[in-house]
Amino acid sequence: MHISEGVLSGPVLVSGMILAAAGTTVGLKRLDYDKVPRAGILSAAFFVASLIHVPVGPSSVHLILNGIVGLLLGWGAFPALLVALILQALFFQFGGLTTLGVNTVIMAAPAIICYSLFGRAVHGATRKAFAAAFACGFLAVFFSALLAALSLIGTEEKFFKVSVLLLTAHLPVMIIEGIVTAFCVAFLKKVQPGMFARPGMTDPVRGEKGGGK
Amino acid sequence: MIREPFATGDSVMHRLDPRVKVLSATAYSFLVALSYHFTTLWAALVFSLFLVASARYRPTAVLQRLVPVNGLILFFWAVVPVTFQGETLLTLGPLQITREGILLSARITLKSNAIILAVMALVASSPVAVLGHALGRLHVPEKMVHLLMMTYRYVFVIEQEYQRLLRSAKIRGFRPATGVHTYRTYAYFLGMLFVKAAGRAERVHQAMICRGFRGKFYCLCDFALTPLDWAWSMVLSGGMVGLLVLEWMNGSW
Repeated sequence: MHISEGVLSGPVLVSGMILAAAGTTVGLKRLDYDKVPRAGILSAAFFVASLIHVPVGPSSVHLILNGIVGLLLGWGAFPALLVALILQALFFQFGGLTTLGVNTVIMAAPAIICYSLFGRAVHGATRKAFAAAFACGFLAVFFSALLAALSLIGTEEKFFKVSVLLLTAHLPVMIIEGIVTAFCVAFLKKVQPGMFARPGMTDPVRGEKGGGK
Repeated sequence: MIREPFATGDSVMHRLDPRVKVLSATAYSFLVALSYHFTTLWAALVFSLFLVASARYRPTAVLQRLVPVNGLILFFWAVVPVTFQGETLLTLGPLQITREGILLSARITLKSNAIILAVMALVASSPVAVLGHALGRLHVPEKMVHLLMMTYRYVFVIEQEYQRLLRSAKIRGFRPATGVHTYRTYAYFLGMLFVKAAGRAERVHQAMICRGFRGKFYCLCDFALTPLDWAWSMVLSGGMVGLLVLEWMNGSW
């Protein structure tokens, strides 16, 4: 989800940058130097995953996956998503330099929110974890669309109808993200449960061996 | 496929110091994004075209890059003129096309294209690895640069890994369709991708430690400002001052 260049007003762009800088600073502080390769390679994986187009009826949508990013990286999601957005801007000219801050907040803030809401629940019993992961994927996209809509309205109140349209248009994406996140979390729980970040721990980006407490 | 088609070449843009390019691209993007008057925006588009021309890319490659961006802008053209409130120009059944909506869409189109062309000329003409070092020199936190370089390095590897997963699924008769089976398959792809990425990260990190990595990438390229850099800094800042003057003159009328 991107807001392209030239749409938003100065105050919105600047507040996006300030929030993104704050989030990234926290994220970087919580990321050990030892864990940077891991965060980097995972962020490369998210970048590639976001290029996957999933069919929906006659059309297709591409995955956003900020919910899973939150679950796997915790606060590291901020710098990781910022990097992914920089690369998207460089490789495909999506987004851009001025909107980098706003777009980072749009993607990463929901990741952090979902991480703090569902970070514990995904470790629970299979069924509960599945529901929590679905909610995580669904809500992450919902919050992203909401933030995008808010930044449009903050630019110009007359964007209200566009914003409503933006939110409703993302409804199928939310459902698909929910389903994909739920299955992906179920898969990871079976294959490598130590991969998830855990709320309340100082080091959210954990090594492979960090399974149970 | 992910590629960097513009990063190699020997035009002026490729020879400029990446620090100059990053700084001026940022300043220019903000200037254009915050401009309002059509004279300024047209002038910016012309200046951006001049920048792209001096980077001497293949014109078809440049057009290819503009297509997806303008697809998004088409969406704006479809939505904004009929939803924006203002003076009605034309009524089509229940829809009212407003003057303000059209002007806004036109403004967004000009701004987006001007900024993207300039960024293409200035930033895409350096490989990301060089840009990373340039950002380091511009006092972007070292950890951030490190993360950017790591991600950049592995994007291509991971993409190949994904293609391999997809290939093996196709060989087993997987055909994407709308349905839970497809979504589950994609979810497992992703899961596998993350697991493999994490495993690879562990191995890479160990290998780096073995080779004496101490949390810093050393840069072998030498950043020094040449007379060419100074000249182009003047051209770029001259262009920006010109746009500012245009914007200010129109504003005072």
